[in-house]
Amino acid sequence: MSFVQNFPFFTIILSLICAVVSFVLSKNASKWVSVALLSISSVLNLAVLVYCSQNNTDFTYMMGHFPAPWGNELAAGVFESLMALLFAFVMLMSILGGASHVEHDVAKQRRHLYWVMVDLTHAALMALCYTNDIFTGYVFIEVCTIASCALLAVRGGGRVLIASVRYMIFALVGSGLFLMGVVFTYSITGHLLFPQLREAIALLWRDGSYRLSMTVAIGLMSVGLAIKAGLFPFHFWLPSAHGRATTATSGILSGVIVKGYLFLLIKIIYRVVGVEVFHASGVQNVLLIFGVAAMVFCSAAAVGSRRLKTMVAYSSAAQIGYMFMGLGMGTEAALIAVFFQIISHALTKPMLFLASSSLMDSCGGHQDFRSLRGAGHRNKPAGFLFTVGALSMVGIPMFIGFIPKLHFASAAFGMGWRTWAVLGALVISTLLNVLYFLYTAMLLWLPVNDDNRPSFNGKSAWRHAAPGLALAVLGMAIGLQSAPLAQLLQQGIALFCR
Amino acid sequence: MNTQPNHANDPSLLELWYNGGLDLTDHLYIPVEDEPQPAEKYRPKHNDAVFARHLYRYARVFNVAGTVLCILFSLLMILTVANLPAYGDPDAPTVNEVAERYVEQGTAETGAVNTVAGMILDYRAFDTLGESFVLFTAVAAVTILMERKPKKKVRRAEVISYAEDDIVRVVSRFVIPIVLVFGVYILLNGHLSPGGGFSGGAIMAAAPILYAMVWGDEQASRVFTARRIRTVVVCALGFYCAAKSYSFFTGANHLPSIISTGTPGNIFSAGLIMPLNVAVGLVVCCTMYSFYMYFRRGSI
Repeated sequence: MSFVQNFPFFTIILSLICAVVSFVLSKNASKWVSVALLSISSVLNLAVLVYCSQNNTDFTYMMGHFPAPWGNELAAGVFESLMALLFAFVMLMSILGGASHVEHDVAKQRRHLYWVMVDLTHAALMALCYTNDIFTGYVFIEVCTIASCALLAVRGGGRVLIASVRYMIFALVGSGLFLMGVVFTYSITGHLLFPQLREAIALLWRDGSYRLSMTVAIGLMSVGLAIKAGLFPFHFWLPSAHGRATTATSGILSGVIVKGYLFLLIKIIYRVVGVEVFHASGVQNVLLIFGVAAMVFCSAAAVGSRRLKTMVAYSSAAQIGYMFMGLGMGTEAALIAVFFQIISHALTKPMLFLASSSLMDSCGGHQDFRSLRGAGHRNKPAGFLFTVGALSMVGIPMFIGFIPKLHFASAAFGMGWRTWAVLGALVISTLLNVLYFLYTAMLLWLPVNDDNRPSFNGKSAWRHAAPGLALAVLGMAIGLQSAPLAQLLQQGIALFCR
Repeated sequence: MNTQPNHANDPSLLELWYNGGLDLTDHLYIPVEDEPQPAEKYRPKHNDAVFARHLYRYARVFNVAGTVLCILFSLLMILTVANLPAYGDPDAPTVNEVAERYVEQGTAETGAVNTVAGMILDYRAFDTLGESFVLFTAVAAVTILMERKPKKKVRRAEVISYAEDDIVRVVSRFVIPIVLVFGVYILLNGHLSPGGGFSGGAIMAAAPILYAMVWGDEQASRVFTARRIRTVVVCALGFYCAAKSYSFFTGANHLPSIISTGTPGNIFSAGLIMPLNVAVGLVVCCTMYSFYMYFRRGSI
């Protein structure tokens, strides 16, 4: 056994230990602990990714002295390590970019707890990526739920608290439904680990026994995770939660946490339930319909929003619709598109939130569209980042947002009514994206007379924009040259869907 | 904390677009806060207060829809549960090789007479590690939400102290040590009999809470300071992480472990289970007590 195989476990336990240690450290020390943790975790996950991809292998890791059906297990392959790497890196960039806002938004006596929560969120996300056990998944969903609500509520203030209560309610409904699904699944299969569950479920489905319970359990787990990911009819918490949080939290919530739940759902669909059973249970079509609805309705809501960050958050809800639409299509080509969409959104959305906050700062804290006119001239790096992000979200070729749209469209052909639903939603959503993102980007570069503006010191603008620039450069690189990543995803899919 | 400006009257993108807001000749920037706000036209749409008013207006519709939805969901759940294997059915799918090994070889493999303790702290220890961190996350989250400076001067009427009452004082002097000892017993005996960290810690927490109720919060916070509680939680969780990391690492890499299971039935047996029970118990106890104090006076 190679030493690299220990790394998934190291990332989880290291972040737990860092969280405990940060609990008693000072606010600055705990911040650097978080930064160090996320950097180390990125490197470790990269090592796992390289190991899995070079040896074209996946492996399981026994947590303790007892093998699979009795003890807990971690599993790592190309997809798992790729997602873990993405999450760690995007979190690192979000907190680096948002650190100055954290200092402004979070009261001094609880600032060290903010970093504790960042560590705990990271631990939970790593566990969600690497777990091979459905109950471990549930436990770390709980950690993630509480920690992310705290990350939001730490800012304080009435509207933020309302947003976090809403978020908490929806998130807890989601966890509750998921737990019920897990309980039903356990009582008709008697297993909790993914490989054993998959065998048992395939057998039960062939027999036809417990058909109703199985369908309901699959539905409950999917709906529970969809609520937590903010799929369309359950997205009401999302704009206020993502839009009101402090910048680093906005980046973390929209960039990674939503995708952590989504990735667990993908694992459940492909490694627990099996895509054939999932298709036969009918839940697939439900996801497709709601995904398509999310793309249209949330984009329309973004056009009607009055605040920059609310608009960006509504756009997240629409982008989540793309991901669920891909899961609803159910083919391997669509799954590749879903992963492209996850990567594209995770790299772009935190960048947009960082840019929006900087633009707000340059307009004296205002984020209505009249105040933002010409903000790009005052804060050039932030305006540049927002423009790049907007072009990417619209799906202009060469930017990363174009790649998943291309894959979705080409995966949609030959599927009957679904083809029309997917293509129609893609067209409408893209047109609406043009309307709100490009329009805002143009608004930022209007010439204005700046005499009456509140003063803004733009000297540190480039330094603040550096993490966002890193995300933008990575996004542009993938947008210009997506073939290596597509190859990696093909390799991952071959390992993942065995 | 920054206050957020009220954006109720700001135009949405659609309105800007429709009204030709992209007017390139308009170079003059008008600060938003100086704009006159006509009072009679003040009709915020996306406002939480208005949202609440709408909510009340449609409360009846929501009530009916919610009731129908709940009934449908309950019916579905009842049908599903009826479709599950019967409780205690010997042919149920849950009675398989997993449960069999836990019950039959649990004592031999983990050294714990109490099968549940062996299961949660040895076979599936990673889940329990996660559970303890759920508690830790909850403590930190409550601290974030509730932490505020205690009121400097508390009015005499607000101070509730039952210590002046003879009966309460004398009885609590007897009860507190007994509760504490019983909690410790459940904690230490967790691998031998029903009990363990979660239940023992909850019982132990009753003692400091009772102390705080009888002798007053001030007195309690002089004994159980925030610093002490934090130290205990951090040490317990740190020990938990370290011990389990060792065990997971040796187990996964098939290395020999220095931890032996001992003689089942002895108090010092079952390897790491007893110390882990103590760690979990301390975390639970501190969690309970700090929840009580935070909700009572806003600080420990």
